[in-house]
Amino acid sequence: MRLHEYQAKALFAQYGLPTPGGVVVTKGDDVDAAVKRLHGSHCVVKSQIHAGARGKAGGVQVVPMNEVAALAARTLGTRLVTGQTGPSGQPVNALLLEEPVVAVAELYVACVLDRRLGQRMILASAEGGIGFEEGRPPVRLPIDSLRGFSPYQGRMLAKEIGLSGRLVAAFGDIVATLIELTAQTDALLVEINPLMVTEAGGFMVADGKVEIDDNALFRQARLNSERDPNQSDPKDEQARALNLQYIALDGDIGCLVNGAGLAMATMDLIALAGGRPANFLDVGGGTTAHKVAEALTLLVSDSNVKTVLVNIFGGIVRCDLIAEGLLLAAARFERTFPIVVRLVGTKREAGQQLLAQSGLAVDVTDSLEEAAQIAVARARGL
Amino acid sequence: MSVLISKETRVICQGFTGKQGTFHCQQALDYGTQIVGGVTPGKGGAAHLGRPVFDTVAEAMTELMPDASVIYVPAVAAADAILEAAAADIALVVCITEGIPIADMVRVRALLPPTTRLVGPNCPGIITSGECKIGIMPGAIHQPGVVGIVSRSGTLTYEAVAQTTAAGLGQTTCIGIGGDPVHGMGFVDCLRLFEADGATEAILLVGEIGGEEEEEAADFIRDHVTKPIVAYIAGMTAPPGRRMGHAGAVIAGSHGTAQGKKAALAAAGVTIVESPAHMGRILAERLRST
Repeated sequence: MRLHEYQAKALFAQYGLPTPGGVVVTKGDDVDAAVKRLHGSHCVVKSQIHAGARGKAGGVQVVPMNEVAALAARTLGTRLVTGQTGPSGQPVNALLLEEPVVAVAELYVACVLDRRLGQRMILASAEGGIGFEEGRPPVRLPIDSLRGFSPYQGRMLAKEIGLSGRLVAAFGDIVATLIELTAQTDALLVEINPLMVTEAGGFMVADGKVEIDDNALFRQARLNSERDPNQSDPKDEQARALNLQYIALDGDIGCLVNGAGLAMATMDLIALAGGRPANFLDVGGGTTAHKVAEALTLLVSDSNVKTVLVNIFGGIVRCDLIAEGLLLAAARFERTFPIVVRLVGTKREAGQQLLAQSGLAVDVTDSLEEAAQIAVARARGL
Repeated sequence: MSVLISKETRVICQGFTGKQGTFHCQQALDYGTQIVGGVTPGKGGAAHLGRPVFDTVAEAMTELMPDASVIYVPAVAAADAILEAAAADIALVVCITEGIPIADMVRVRALLPPTTRLVGPNCPGIITSGECKIGIMPGAIHQPGVVGIVSRSGTLTYEAVAQTTAAGLGQTTCIGIGGDPVHGMGFVDCLRLFEADGATEAILLVGEIGGEEEEEAADFIRDHVTKPIVAYIAGMTAPPGRRMGHAGAVIAGSHGTAQGKKAALAAAGVTIVESPAHMGRILAERLRST
């Protein structure tokens, strides 16, 4: 689960990290009152979306205080398209209004998961900001999960990236705080970019990104309540409520599959047959006919879907339950689609028999490859 | 011959009396697995599926001397269950549980002694065809044979199994290493076992997007594996930045793509299967040509 920049900064401030003076607005009417709480002649207006590369796309602008209201009115309620969003962009429902910070240097520091070693790792670089991706690779400092971390390691890291003077100790403290925050919030990623060095010789967290482990949300209730469902495709959110693994894509073949690996493989097969999947959907192991019906109803609510492909390798999942769910859903489809079904494994015969007896027009095959090929042909109207 | 488990393997189950534990242990017993007992805290002294139940793994260890434990404990308590099995000196721990917080697995990785092998979590388990089934895979599709299978996926592994069975090759052992970013045994550990196993003539590796385990496997294969290997990598069409069902299946920037993994494996001499429908056929062709 990703946090917005303003939510991440509130978290940083709670842990004592230096953040710029700022205030969040969600309505144009609130802007006048909000800017009165800020100091200075100018204001940084930052669109709050779950994607980066906002600066180049106009999502971060520095304007005189008296122009903030007009900019907010133009921005709130629109969608921002950046190099990291899809073509339709992300909705801007909140703006972070901040006091500008004059930086003499921009650093990068993050706490990430090192999958290979199965432990956390600090990444640090003297080349932060928008140039980070193009700069030299960051310095890596693995965190021993049992011994933990001591600030001296952060001071050594500071020296390694070329810091000097009182910034050395201050950087050590920032790294220690970052690790504490990561552990206590079950974060998968905590990134500060840029970490600005101010004219006064201190640090300021100018932008930050926090991603929380979805598996740990049961024990992070407060952070879970900060989830912004509007940043996801509405179908992704419906799927979430149904406890389905669903990701909307931009093709025209709706897929219902059991298992994440097989669901990805099904997308690959469609592509190899010359078509494009409309979604990734894993119905999971402990599914019921009702849940299958809900899943199918959800995936055909995508108006791009022209064909439905059901691909099930029944292990724990029973093919007859899948067939029942398909029949339940088909009875309430508002338009008709070609449906291609591949059911193999547990209760295959019972599932195929249910479909055959129903009179529903379905292409049934046992072949994985053929299922994808038929679906692609049907989507083309063949 | 086979790797890790055989018909001699004595298995206990943690979470034995729960719904999942009960269902899958019955299936395992039907397959011929030696499920010798189980653990459910608070139910020690009872019998379940005709086998004894203990409160702790340590007690089960003393009484039954199992070689392996399979874990069907809910995600909140699963990391603790893994550590309990390791503390009792169980040599092989297979954790089926999905959804364990990653911080918990980071702690498990740090505390796991070198004497305990962990398979999973978030995996279908491990099976030696015709001998011993530890996990949730359908037993009927397996057939004793010559292919060692290692996979990050569940149902896609069943696909691989069914195809090798249909091709008349059969399997020695199939290991599902799981879809989580921090887990136990990896591709390299399993490849090392299959290379050393006399009965395994060829290896089928099923990878997916995210992380760099396939790249590490490629490095290992180049210097240490002589047996023919065929690989399929799922997620050629997956969009970057999205977690594709598995917590570990995510492309980060330009890292972890299917293309990169295929290129690394191909450079190490692995035969790449582009279509997941052709795993069995191409493996059979590769075996015939060597």
